[in-house]
Amino acid sequence: MINLPLLPILIPLLAGVILMFFPKRIKAQRTISIISTVATIAASAVLIAEIRQNGIQTLNLGSWPAPFGIPLVSDMLSALLVLTTGIVTLAVIWYSIYYLEDEYERYFYYIAVQFLMVGLNGAFTTGDIFNMFVFFEVFLISSYLLIVLGGKKAQLRESVKYVLINVISSALFVAAVAFLYGVVGTLNMADVSVKIAELNDPGIITVIAIFFLLVFGLKGAIFPLYFWLPGSYHAPPIPVLALFGALLTKVGVYAIMRTYTLFFYHDTGYTHMILGVLALLTIVIGSIGALAYKDVKMIIIYNIIIAVGVILYGVAVMTPDGLEGAVFYLLHDMIIKTALFLLIGIMMAIAGSSHLKSMGGMIKEYPWIGWTYFVAALSLAGIPPLSGFIGKLLIVRGGFDAGEMIGPLIILGSSLIVLYSAMKIFTNGFWGTPKEYTGAKAHLASRLWIPAAVLMVIAIAYGVGAEAVRPFITQAVEPLINPAIYIEAVLKE
Amino acid sequence: MKKTNDLILQTVTKVISFIIILFSIHLFFAGHYTPGGGFIGGLMTAAALVLLLLAYDIKTLDKILPFDYKLMTAAGLLIAVLTAAGSLLFNVPFFTHAYDYFDLPLLGETSLHTAVLFDIGVYMVVIGITMTIIQTIGESE
Repeated sequence: MINLPLLPILIPLLAGVILMFFPKRIKAQRTISIISTVATIAASAVLIAEIRQNGIQTLNLGSWPAPFGIPLVSDMLSALLVLTTGIVTLAVIWYSIYYLEDEYERYFYYIAVQFLMVGLNGAFTTGDIFNMFVFFEVFLISSYLLIVLGGKKAQLRESVKYVLINVISSALFVAAVAFLYGVVGTLNMADVSVKIAELNDPGIITVIAIFFLLVFGLKGAIFPLYFWLPGSYHAPPIPVLALFGALLTKVGVYAIMRTYTLFFYHDTGYTHMILGVLALLTIVIGSIGALAYKDVKMIIIYNIIIAVGVILYGVAVMTPDGLEGAVFYLLHDMIIKTALFLLIGIMMAIAGSSHLKSMGGMIKEYPWIGWTYFVAALSLAGIPPLSGFIGKLLIVRGGFDAGEMIGPLIILGSSLIVLYSAMKIFTNGFWGTPKEYTGAKAHLASRLWIPAAVLMVIAIAYGVGAEAVRPFITQAVEPLINPAIYIEAVLKE
Repeated sequence: MKKTNDLILQTVTKVISFIIILFSIHLFFAGHYTPGGGFIGGLMTAAALVLLLLAYDIKTLDKILPFDYKLMTAAGLLIAVLTAAGSLLFNVPFFTHAYDYFDLPLLGETSLHTAVLFDIGVYMVVIGITMTIIQTIGESE
């Protein structure tokens, strides 16, 4: 089956198209969405097994040979991300079935989620930089629909900002790709890497590197470019927020990871220094935000920003440990952020508001939700043996290996702040005296808890079973450390 | 609304729109080896429909062509995706097309190419999307 790398893109695409025929029939929409997502997960699991055995899988679309046509390239990193995307999406769809009103589901919600998955899996899998732009557009257009759906005042206001920011950054993306094409004359990512190495002119490449950092930084929300994120992510309902928070910023992070290890590794003293400094500033800003807010949504949203900083710092140090930590932490963060968003979504459903003032004493009535949240919070902060620990440990070790002091210390310090901000929700929300709750969806709490708990089980298994996961991560990092592996797999020289 | 005198526009449209649609079909088949194809053909057909909309109104167009354009988009996408996915059955890379030459009555030796199927999908998607956008903007007033 040579089309294996394609399946995680094709299955949700077909499902999305089929769903378009009967948008108003909610039951069919839900069933087909779940079937398609499960099939996508199965396909990516098979793909991972195949990569584990036979190395990087490539597929030249339309049978056009490698540097000319568009290849799909599934290395371990992209396959793991595709699998995690599937798991996260499945949990969110499951949660949405109970959480969203029927009226909401009738307006193309599940279709948009399927197309979002098409775009994400495509962006993770493609081996062509312009094709990556196309897949970025696919998931961005779905995200425009998801953010505006519901039509509340705040949503409309924020979606105008969101669309504007993303249209501008897409324009910059095309411009950056055009510059790159103008310099190297190819779009195939492996071929670009070869041509850049032959070019021997780091000046212009460095400029393009910064250009790409700007583009992906806008999507990934790094320090000076994160400004749109807290407002925009606050507006849509929780399942959409969970999808955005867990997946959309991570594509930006993945794209930086890919381009900065495959293309722009020639002048690391400059490009990776900037990336490192920005990553650290991102952590600091995120920490300030997480401390400042008393709104549960905002606290977790600022934690997204902290995580982006931590992962990118691991990329910036460019040591094997740092990169391995970055990949480990990236996968951990996708799962744990979704779980956290789903859990605070339950708290908001019970309290009928997202402010901590209106919560308190929930542990009495909802002990399971409380303790699940507690474990999730510890895992987010990186308490061993939970999943956040190993990633952070490797990143910090990578930082020390690279001879840096300040970076690792900031990351360690930020862990405390993450722990404090997450515990703030726990102590204020679950401890104390119970309040009168008016949330209209409070009776759904136990049903909403199941998908979040499933995610937490996966997260715990990921942390406790790190020993078993480690070989996969190591294999994922190999092409990042040594681009020749990636290039050879694609061009087969 | 003020009644406008658009007799000339309406009369001309009756003739012109057919010519545009014929030309768009020509463009559609011209594709692949010469400039043209599903996208530009679809856009031109949609232009003919928009001209009808301008000369008459949404209700008239609905009576002439009672399509649900959203379904048309979905059907087009389905045709396009399935055509490309057909290559999965033969275990060749996605999007690999097949073509051969056949002796057809009247046309003589003709090249039949699966890319045409894909292009029909594109053609329908382009018309569907364009008309959905125009109708949505038009109806909200």
